[in-house]
Amino acid sequence: MTTILTPALTAHWDQPDSFTLEGYRRGGGYRALPKALAMAPDEVIGCVKESVLRGRGGAGFPTGVKWGFIPRGDDKPHYLVVNADESEPGACKDIPTMMNNPHALIEGIAIASYAIQANTAFIYVRGEVLHVIRRLQYAVAQAREAGLAGPNILGSGFDLDIVVHTGAGAYICGEETALLDSLEGKRGQPRLKPPFPAAAGVYGSPTNVNNVESIASVPWIIQNGAGDFTALGTEKSKGFGIFSLSGHVTTPGQYEAPLGTTLRELLGLAGGIRAGHRLKFWTPGGSSTPLFTDEHMDVPMDYEAVAAAGSMLGTRSVQLFDETTCVVRVVLRWIEFYQHESCGKCTPCREGSYWVVQLLQDLENGQGSEADLDKLLDICSNITGRAFCALGDSIEPSVKSSIKFFRDEYLEHQRNGGCPFDPAASTLFTLESAR
Amino acid sequence: MAGLDELRSKLAADAAEIIGRYPKSRSALMPLLHLVQSEVGYVSQDGIRYVAELLGLSEADVSAVTSFYTMFKRSPVGEYHVGVCTNSLCAVMGGDAIFADLLEHLGVGNDETTPDGKVSLEHLECNAACDYAPVVMVNWEFFDNMTPRSARDLVDDLRTGEKVEPTRGAPRLCTWKQASRILAGFPDGQAAGGHTAGDPSLAGLRKAKEQGWTPEPAASDNGGSR
Repeated sequence: MTTILTPALTAHWDQPDSFTLEGYRRGGGYRALPKALAMAPDEVIGCVKESVLRGRGGAGFPTGVKWGFIPRGDDKPHYLVVNADESEPGACKDIPTMMNNPHALIEGIAIASYAIQANTAFIYVRGEVLHVIRRLQYAVAQAREAGLAGPNILGSGFDLDIVVHTGAGAYICGEETALLDSLEGKRGQPRLKPPFPAAAGVYGSPTNVNNVESIASVPWIIQNGAGDFTALGTEKSKGFGIFSLSGHVTTPGQYEAPLGTTLRELLGLAGGIRAGHRLKFWTPGGSSTPLFTDEHMDVPMDYEAVAAAGSMLGTRSVQLFDETTCVVRVVLRWIEFYQHESCGKCTPCREGSYWVVQLLQDLENGQGSEADLDKLLDICSNITGRAFCALGDSIEPSVKSSIKFFRDEYLEHQRNGGCPFDPAASTLFTLESAR
Repeated sequence: MAGLDELRSKLAADAAEIIGRYPKSRSALMPLLHLVQSEVGYVSQDGIRYVAELLGLSEADVSAVTSFYTMFKRSPVGEYHVGVCTNSLCAVMGGDAIFADLLEHLGVGNDETTPDGKVSLEHLECNAACDYAPVVMVNWEFFDNMTPRSARDLVDDLRTGEKVEPTRGAPRLCTWKQASRILAGFPDGQAAGGHTAGDPSLAGLRKAKEQGWTPEPAASDNGGSR
């Protein structure tokens, strides 16, 4: 049978000590770092460029190219910032990665920092994950003690201070410039670009901001070579990534596979949709990506094919909903999230999210009208591209795609005088047995 | 409750350590607010004054940051702060039913605390554990795959002082203040404990092991990866 899954970052999560230095070493860890330190920084960047690793935080920008934007030979300190603020509804890959394999991240940080000549690296981790924070603190301390972080790493003369910085509950801080403001001790609001962080990031200095999975993938690439990485995946979407399956699926969880794997393949391994039910709609990449339906199960999940089919690969956060689920309820709750998390800096996002929530509430309660659907689409199209950052752009996709695929379901709410679905039918438990 | 002088004397050493982590002192603002919560239980006005004084900022600057972030509380929360994810996926999978049930069972509203000060309740946005839905957090530790009954038992145990263990987290559940101290960057020595990779975290790995699949090309010559 053709290989479907390629566990690399997830390969040792079943070991009870996978999060320790010893456990990570036993699985082959910390062999890439000495290799990288023996290379020139630009050679490391070259290798990551050659691997065509693309940012695993959703945007898909080539990681090596991003590193290449950091100036050389300037007199300012450089910084690496790891975006560990995973909070997009559906995204749940970085949290278990840091819980079970924090040293892959630490080793990646050391390699990346060396490549961009940064002597300070920050891990900006969301605050609501206490044990993950403990594990990061522990991993940094262990690495420091072993000379893998701190002054003069492995005798190379390269110094690296790694700081675990804990957020405090704000999704917007996953946006890289809002993250930088937050790291500077301010309200987490996005900055106008340019200047880009590579020119003026934290403290106005050249800064690289990368997602956890991007950085944690780097040791594998250095160790095995860019060629092994590009041997996996599709023409323009190389390598492997973690696909997170959640919702009405028999075996939810993390499935690490080459980019280009289809939902049908993944569902085949995950036991399909829960027994007695069928797939109604799903997100390929989290709540900010347009919905797919059961027609899209054979779309190769890489950046290009998902985009060609009308959605976005995003963070490969595959949320699956069966026929018991009201799409209006799901979309309303997502937009309430964006409303709550809007930082308030720009008008289209701040006001628009409120208007969209009000209309969706009316529609869910059976008090909307067909004209409201057009109004919704009109408001959404006036937010997209006019907001300060990508949070505003995240409002339209689920609204627009749900109306496209399930227009009549919206109208059925009006005919029915309320939501026609029984929420108890969607729960994992039967309410009687669970009470 | 700790006043300004008490904060000054109790937290001086820890505050200095936090500030020392950063190239520029203002970056210490958020960890310092976590530190204030570890002492006071929330960000009091004296806490704001103290942090402003430490960093040479105005109280308005510090207040503005405090109010931006949902984890900073401006009034006391329970010893155990219970959060129920009611974002779309958890809501559909049962989070809405769990939250409704807990509101009724505890007799409190959203963001309110039981009269004994033990438990406060809040509905949360996505906590990055969708594969374990529905999810409940207590002081930011994961309680996975909850039901209305298991959630009710959980808060009852928290109120009566029964031992409670997170599904994925430290074996000894921290109080709100203890958790805040870890968030401020002072570990409690529990990093190595607890169960952390539940079935969903291992789902793909187990399937791959059954099939002998790995990412290395040599091991996948039986047809190869695409």
